[in-house]
Amino acid sequence: MIDRGLFRSAGFRFGAIYALLLAISATALAVFLWWATAGLLDRQTEAAINADAQGLAERWTDGGLPALVVTIEDRLAQNIDDDAIYLLADSNMKRVAGNLASWPPSVSEAGSWYELPVARAGMKSLANVQCYNLAGGFHLLIGRDVQVRAQLRKMLTDALLWAVVVVFLMATVGALVIRNLFRRTLANVSATATAIAGGDFAQRVRLSGRGDEFDQVAEVINDMLDRIGRLMDGVRQVSNAIAHDLRTPITRARTRLEDAAIHAETPDDLRAAIERATVDLDGIVAVFQALLRIAEIEAGSRRSSFARVDLAPLLAEVADLYGAVAEDRGIMLEFQAPETVPAYGDKAMIQQAIANLVDNAVKFSPEGGVVRLSADVSSMIFVAVGDQGPGIALDEREKATDRFYRGESARSTPGSGLGLSLVLAVARLHGGELRLEDNRPGLRAVLAFPLPEDEENLGLRPKPRQGPAVPGNPV
Amino acid sequence: MRILVVEDDKDVAGFVVRGLREAGHVVEHADNGRDGLFMAASETFDAMVLDRMLPGGIDGLKILETLRGQKNTVPVLILSAMAEVDDRVKGLKAGSDDYLTKPFAFAELLARVEALNRRGKGEGPVTKLVVEDLELDLLSRQVKRSGQKIDLQPREFRLLEYLMRHAGQVVTRTMLLEGVWDYHFDPQTNVIDVHVSRLRQKVDKPFPTGLIHTVRNAGYMLRAEQA
Repeated sequence: MIDRGLFRSAGFRFGAIYALLLAISATALAVFLWWATAGLLDRQTEAAINADAQGLAERWTDGGLPALVVTIEDRLAQNIDDDAIYLLADSNMKRVAGNLASWPPSVSEAGSWYELPVARAGMKSLANVQCYNLAGGFHLLIGRDVQVRAQLRKMLTDALLWAVVVVFLMATVGALVIRNLFRRTLANVSATATAIAGGDFAQRVRLSGRGDEFDQVAEVINDMLDRIGRLMDGVRQVSNAIAHDLRTPITRARTRLEDAAIHAETPDDLRAAIERATVDLDGIVAVFQALLRIAEIEAGSRRSSFARVDLAPLLAEVADLYGAVAEDRGIMLEFQAPETVPAYGDKAMIQQAIANLVDNAVKFSPEGGVVRLSADVSSMIFVAVGDQGPGIALDEREKATDRFYRGESARSTPGSGLGLSLVLAVARLHGGELRLEDNRPGLRAVLAFPLPEDEENLGLRPKPRQGPAVPGNPV
Repeated sequence: MRILVVEDDKDVAGFVVRGLREAGHVVEHADNGRDGLFMAASETFDAMVLDRMLPGGIDGLKILETLRGQKNTVPVLILSAMAEVDDRVKGLKAGSDDYLTKPFAFAELLARVEALNRRGKGEGPVTKLVVEDLELDLLSRQVKRSGQKIDLQPREFRLLEYLMRHAGQVVTRTMLLEGVWDYHFDPQTNVIDVHVSRLRQKVDKPFPTGLIHTVRNAGYMLRAEQA
């Protein structure tokens, strides 16, 4: 169980990979070192013996046996390092010349390398030798004393073996360190996730402040959590609202029906009561639809329908739609907007948001008042709707966009308390905002949308060429 | 009209079928997708009321797509509890002519089904609409009644055009909002009533008989005065 858990741990895996990589690199390094030192010495010895052999072979060819014997003795005399080994033997393996007492019995095959202990001037030593067969049954043995080199090689081998142990230790320690680092970084995320799964939604992943990849991941996770939190708040708000605020109209409809069932005396009374209850139910459905639409907008799924849209004709239409209503109530609806108001968004939603604002303004305006719908493009797109109604008190403005919130001065006017919530949701979806200001007297609601991005890319992009642009193509 | 109603909910189906029959239509009913598709494909109807979520493995959209795939152009009104904007777009894209969400008022359903019938006929381009002594010229954009010219704002003109295209049929406020203003939501204020009443001031008031009638609990109807 423990072992399986260990192998499944990514920290362990990373640690193991680190150890393996370290071991592989260390081995490669050791092999290279060996090749570059001990190997080099061996190759030098071989080269020296080969050169010797070639020289002696020439002497043998030129001067025969006497010349070879003289040369061997000369070379031995001139050998300052005292590491050269020669032995010339006759066909009975009897020594003719050289510094070895007798032919070593193990050396028999010509052209092979032998490493063997030799006794020379009473000293035991180690030699690398090669033997050659000469004409007339003579045998020549050429070698080098490698005692010193062998010692050096042994030292090197020991050092490398120790290095293996050190590398193993370092790999283990390194692997543990990496595993812990990994685990500590993940523990932060993991602890946050666990706390949230346990119900503490306020938890966020701690940032190290270094701005590294882990911080970036943590930030993404935190952003995601914030968004989920907002959505959850929205859902909670809606369910609370449904539980509390829809109770009233449902109660009213229910009461009407029950009252009619008990007290209606004529079919006409009954029918009238049913009709009124139906109207109540329609009102409830309308509230539901508004709630769902706000939820739909807040979920952001409608962003797929974003497109370039000119707000000017859209505003003119709203002004036209409500102008007649305003006039009927003795209210002036003024409209002023630039020729074009290019924006980027969902036309239907912006239309509804502006209609909601104008609807409110007309509803709350006193007779003879002025409702002013205007648009203005500067750093942002501003759509303002001002009225001369009772306005919204400063301390109520914050709450005015809450679902079902109805201001003190709005209690006597029909409405669901969802209009501004929808406007705010639309503004936020478009990356804009809704400001409620004092119009002295009255309310001025300002919808601010960001300007459409990259004017060149969105608006002035050349249209893809069509058939006629291709030369020689019959149209 | 011969109408096929495909709806699995017994209460809703019974209500719709009874209502449509009372309005003088011949109604067939299927309570699952399989039967609905079979009936729609094998018989001829003037209109079809189609629920989206149906038992029997074939849902409303599938029926619609199959019918349209067979070049069946029967006018279809989708009646569905799926009310999101995207659902509506999906339904219209699949080939439905209208989309009504549940819960609904029967008057709204009836008006929309009857309006479908007209759309389905696919008559050639009309240049002039005439109802009794009221004439609307779509080319010169002029309106005359009893030979007398009536000045209308562009929006009033479109409103009258819509009413005249559906002359003799009930037109609901939401139909007007969608058809004339392209609004797909309910404004809280009765904006439509105000606009219709202004149109009446110009089209009906100066003349002895009224053409634009209010239909209680439903909407409006433009029709010749019955003798």
